Amino acid sequence: MSILLNKDTTFIVQGITGREAVNLTKECLDYGSKVVGGVTPGRKGREVHGVPVFDTVEQAVENHGSQIDGSIVTVPPGFTKDAVIEAIDNGIKLIVVVTERIPRGDVAEMVEFANMHDARIIGPNCLGLIVPEVCKMGGIGGPAKDAAKSYSPGVVGVMSRSGGMTTEISSSLTAAGLGVSTAVSIGGDAIIGSSYAELMPYFEADEETRAIVIYTEPGGRMEAQLADWQAENNSRLPIVAFMAGKFMDDESMKGMTFGHAGTIVEGKEDSATEKIKRLESAGITVVERIDEIPDAVKERIGA
Amino acid sequence: MIFYEYEARKIVELAGIPVTKYGFCQTPEEARKIAEEIGGPTVIKSQVLTGGRMKAGGVKFADTPDEAAQHAEDILKLEINGHMPVGVLVDPKAEVKQEYYASVVWDGTAKKPLMLFSDMGGIDIEQVAEEHPDHVGRGHISNLLPVGDYEAKQVIAATGVTGSQLNRATPILAKLARLFRENDMILAEINPLAELTDGTFVALDAHMEMESEAEGRQKKLLRKELGIAEDDNRDPYVPSEFEKNVKEIDAADHRGVIQGKDHGFEGNLGLVIGAGGGSLTLTDAVRSQGGKPANYSEIGGNPSVAKACGLAKEVLKKDGVEKIAVMMSIVSNTRVDIVARGVIKACLELGKDPGETIAIFRIPGAWEDEGNKILDHYGVEYCDRSVSLWDAAGRAVAKIQEQN
Repeated sequence: MSILLNKDTTFIVQGITGREAVNLTKECLDYGSKVVGGVTPGRKGREVHGVPVFDTVEQAVENHGSQIDGSIVTVPPGFTKDAVIEAIDNGIKLIVVVTERIPRGDVAEMVEFANMHDARIIGPNCLGLIVPEVCKMGGIGGPAKDAAKSYSPGVVGVMSRSGGMTTEISSSLTAAGLGVSTAVSIGGDAIIGSSYAELMPYFEADEETRAIVIYTEPGGRMEAQLADWQAENNSRLPIVAFMAGKFMDDESMKGMTFGHAGTIVEGKEDSATEKIKRLESAGITVVERIDEIPDAVKERIGA
Repeated sequence: MIFYEYEARKIVELAGIPVTKYGFCQTPEEARKIAEEIGGPTVIKSQVLTGGRMKAGGVKFADTPDEAAQHAEDILKLEINGHMPVGVLVDPKAEVKQEYYASVVWDGTAKKPLMLFSDMGGIDIEQVAEEHPDHVGRGHISNLLPVGDYEAKQVIAATGVTGSQLNRATPILAKLARLFRENDMILAEINPLAELTDGTFVALDAHMEMESEAEGRQKKLLRKELGIAEDDNRDPYVPSEFEKNVKEIDAADHRGVIQGKDHGFEGNLGLVIGAGGGSLTLTDAVRSQGGKPANYSEIGGNPSVAKACGLAKEVLKKDGVEKIAVMMSIVSNTRVDIVARGVIKACLELGKDPGETIAIFRIPGAWEDEGNKILDHYGVEYCDRSVSLWDAAGRAVAKIQEQN
């Protein structure tokens, strides 16, 4: 099966008339997703690949006649917070934020608002999520025919801080005959709507999913949070992790990306080396090479 | 954006937090004048964006204005960790009874700002947290609701501070939390926050860092209040020619994004790679297999031929670069044929044979068949998704090692 999406999931695209959004809408429609409307203020009455455009989310919901499940938000950074809150305020429970370069304060505000309304945000700075052969919400995997090459239905849940690597890893799982249950590009920002640990309960509840693969990078303490979750929850799902950016641990690279902001909160867990140690101590398999992922999964699930 | 101490103090002051009557200047003469106005012992502090000022001799005490001028002259000439100061701060020497620590940082897990307070100020807070955890108070604030003074009070009281000290410190921490949110900071720290012998509290040193994504909406503070120039980007190191040129090429065309870094790299294999995660994975893969990357780069968002060509050219022009490896994780937006055309054009324009110069081309995905035709024509070795990022990197490394 899947997490967060199914064959009946309906969603809109906020910012639908933008260049990238037009492409993304076509990709999703071609994949079979139910895109039931789009919003761009001032563009009511137009159509994008047959999808009606509205001025407000409220109008889109009214036109649809019942609750809409999700929204892909792809509007400029300065407008994103308002767009996300507009969607949530109109009863939408799953928001994929594609936009990059949104200040942390805005992201944190959206997330806090979403939490108050039992809504979930994926992203920002992500490509969305995909359930192979069922539904694609976002640019993940690209055009439908390309997405079909990389994603076949299967047993592995994928979560990745990099959109491109979500597809790279899923493609190798597909080639290995394991396939993907749901792949989520969770976003590459310091603060994101849904971390690995926050999505684990969904995968845990999905019978089809038998293992998890995560792609991870230095910075932040999301991996530590996942390690803690794994240690505390006695999950049935084995996790295989790949850590990119190990070269950043070199002395010469220090300070290029690591600020000293937040070191007390993030502790010394920021470096690749520390994160790998931490994941491994929680029973998570950390592979050295990207191409070792499929075999590591097979070994963990006895396939 | 990281702020100099004199700017951080100004930010604190604008938020209504008491500071000493300090002055910023760039000549010994001005330093003398400020010291005269202060009319007592002073501290002269180097204004550099690096730590370890005290150890390096960048902080000196003066009893007279003449001495202040002399110290300013010395400090203005003193390079610290490769940084020249932009000026000095002249501060009255404070009569300190006790030093405290106050800061606000992001907690990415809770997705909320976190207030921190300690009654053991003046030293590294990480060390305090490790050795005296009961002397560090913490508390999250909401992103939506206004920050209440009581929230700051709770954090301070948790360290055991009470009495008038609690009542004086409370509004300072609350104001710090508000300025953190309002000014889009990622770090707002006062260390030490000093209780003077007369019982008043002042911020004796401050560290502030603003999120770069928010600079556009903080223009009033940056330009008007602090007078920071638009092009003052405060890189942690001096950007190389390569980095500057790539940045320029990127800015000249809105289609797609290219980035290039070579600080800390000095190998012979040029990397024309992408996207974000792919670049990190590939750089590791090259190094782990004994390769020496000449640079780091990122291609993404479907750049034009000119942009891909520009990046490849800059990489090829770097000293010591013998070959380039063109590799990306599977692309869905960026077009394979466009990158192929760009990198081949770069080779030809520099009078190099693409088949010899490009060690490997591994970009599977959108428009790959069209891309492969072009690569075939120029005799460039390419591979599809069946060759992993690890193996593609390995092939490039093997080729360059063969040659040497």
